[in-house]
This record gives sequence, structure tokens and C-alpha cells, in this order.
Amino acid sequence: MTGNVLLILLATAAGLHGTEDPYFVTYSHQMEEPGSLEIAFSTVVGRPDGGHRFLNTLTELEYGWTGWWTSELYLHGQTTVRDSTVFTGYRWENRFRLLSGEHWINPVLYLEFENINGADRTLKEVVGFDGQSDLLEPNSEARREKNREIEAKLILGSNFKGWNISENFVAEKNIRHEPFEFGYAVAVSRPLALAARPDRCVLCPENFIAGLELYGALGTHERFGLVGGTSHYIAPTIAWQLPGGPAFQVSPGFGITHSSIPFLLRLGVSYEVAQFGRGVAKMFHRP
Amino acid sequence: MLRRLLAIAMLIAQVGVSASHGQLLQRAGQAARDATNPYEEQAAQAAAEKAGAKLFEYNCSACHGRHAEGIGKAPPLVSPRVKTAQPGALKWVLRNGSLTTGMPSFSKLPEAQRWQIITFVKSLNSR
Repeated sequence: MTGNVLLILLATAAGLHGTEDPYFVTYSHQMEEPGSLEIAFSTVVGRPDGGHRFLNTLTELEYGWTGWWTSELYLHGQTTVRDSTVFTGYRWENRFRLLSGEHWINPVLYLEFENINGADRTLKEVVGFDGQSDLLEPNSEARREKNREIEAKLILGSNFKGWNISENFVAEKNIRHEPFEFGYAVAVSRPLALAARPDRCVLCPENFIAGLELYGALGTHERFGLVGGTSHYIAPTIAWQLPGGPAFQVSPGFGITHSSIPFLLRLGVSYEVAQFGRGVAKMFHRP
Repeated sequence: MLRRLLAIAMLIAQVGVSASHGQLLQRAGQAARDATNPYEEQAAQAAAEKAGAKLFEYNCSACHGRHAEGIGKAPPLVSPRVKTAQPGALKWVLRNGSLTTGMPSFSKLPEAQRWQIITFVKSLNSR
């Protein structure tokens, strides 16, 4: 079976191309192409004040079921210096495009279930009163805390003269307890060149997209808004798309409130196996 | 009975998808159709064709085939329908896509790159 999957990946290798999206936290309205599979790995490195440096890893499988429905499965892991390495859980998310065609503002509905423990340091979204003090517990204790959460996002995206502008509104609820928690993410990005050069080039400006993300928490339904104790980050980001190959992303993030982690470094690599679904269908096709 | 109903439903869906491929170009409004390709001038055309060929390979060939011959549900792009289509209508399809046919929106590509792809596709149809 593993051999068959490798064969499909090799057979479709000519169609490999990575994602152009430079964001780590913000979602744009762009959906995965139907039948295509994107495989991505990303890490975030940080150190809370008074704590040890950590490295959190995410493995992501994203599949486009239809033009309006994309699913993703994430596997989370985390390593803390002078502590341990732990598997911290998984999340399964679905995005649904609500309107056909391209509009000034394009809404997408995002629904997610996550089953992670307290040792997770993904920081894929910051909600409620999440802060660096939550990250000081050693892994052996933090992993005992189970978080089964449902999360919804309203994603709004626009493309205008080469610019992408995306806004996310986040609502999260632990299934067992705790109040509704809210967060936000906004981002803007643009390729370094709008027209492609005629020659094949690796370093030409059209292969780079630069952007800026701003994300943070908006408290709970009891204390909602940009209130004291919430964390906020600003993060420039750049993506480099290798022609016909993977894409690389880098983003240094800076905490802008006392409860934020002072500095986060995010790194990512992704590539897309175009028409993966067709390859799988061929594998099971009976003559 | 159930099999018959399923067969009828599949037939209707197939006819719908085939028809919607043709209708997709028709859905472009007059303003979109009237848009002119900035790379139609002779001086800029050759470079745009080359750039378009590169972009086509990265973005379109996995579904439409390396030579735009069409694969499965993705229609051929070397066809009388594409040959006679106004460049503006093709650009409208690239920007908007279609949720029903599975054609993705390529609004993520800057407008200049969409025009370069259209210049290349049009050149395939004029050979």
C-alpha cells in the first residue's frame, strides 16, 4: 500500500506545485483545487518569559473534495528544551466556500474539531486570554489537560490588483467547560512582481510573495474586545515558490502586549500533488 | 427502482456538467468580455506567450493536459469554442472559476499573469 501511494506521488510529480499563500495563521478564501492534495510541515519556535524554548511542529494534509469544500488534517507535536518531546494531538477542519465566483469580499465558513492537550504550542490561533503564562508548565503536567474544542471561523478574502487582503473572525468553545473564546487574524500580501518573466527562473520576483499578519485574542463572551490580558502579534511573512516544486515560508512574529510571547519564528514547507484523487482512482480502476 | 433513479440522476448530472462547460464562457458579462488583452500588441506578444506557457504548465496542465488536450472532466482548451471566445470572457472564467464544474478560481494570480496565460492559450488555437 505504501508503495502504491509512492507510485501515485511519483506519477503526479510533474504536476507538483506549492501553495502561494504566505500566511501561517490567517486563512485566505483560496480553496484547495478539487482532487489535489497539499502536504505541509511547519514549525514555530519561541520562548515564554521565565520558561524554556520550545519547538512545535505541525504536519498538515489538505485535500480539495470539490470546488467549494476543502478538508485538512493536522498532527501536532512539541519539544521543549530541558524537558521532553510529546505528541500533542490532532485537529480536523473543513472549509466551505459560500458564494460562487469571485466578489469584492469572498466569505468562507470554517469548522474545526480539535483534540489536543495542554502541552500544545501551535499558536495557530490565539483566543480568549491565551498568554505566555499558559506555556510555563512542564510537558509532563501540561499534557494531562485535555482540550476537545469546536472552533468556527468566518473567513473573508479579497484579491485586488495583485494584493490579497484576508480577515478571520474566530470563535472557539471547549466541549466540556469554559466560555466561548474569540480571536481575530488579518493579513495582507502581494507578489513582488505582478507579471511573470518569460524565462524559467528560480529567484525571479514573481516567485516571492511578501505579507504582513496581525492576529490576537478578543477575550470571552463575558469580557469581549481588545481588553487587558489578551495577546496580540504582528508578523511579517514571506513565501518563496519554487517553479514546479515546493514552497517555503518564513515569518518572524513579535508579541505586542505583556501577555504575548516576545518573539516567535515560524518556518514552513509545502507542496501540492496535483490531481492526487485521480491517481488514487486509477489505482483502484478495474479494466 | 433505486438503480434506475440513480442512473437518471447521474445522467442529469453529466448532461448538466457538459452543458455548464459551454455555458461558463457565456456567463461572462458584457463588460468582462469587452476587456482587452494588454499583450495583444505584436511587441509584447512573444514574451507574454512564453511566460504564459510557463504559467500554464504550473497552474493548468495537471487538469487540462500538458498540451491543453483536456483530461476527464477538464475540457480541451484547443477547441473552436476557445478559439472564438473573446479574451475577456476567458479571463472572466479564470478569475471566477465554477463551483459546479470544479474549475478553480485563479483570482490568486495577478491580472497580468492571467492575461499571459490567455495569450498562450489563444496562441495554441491559432497554430
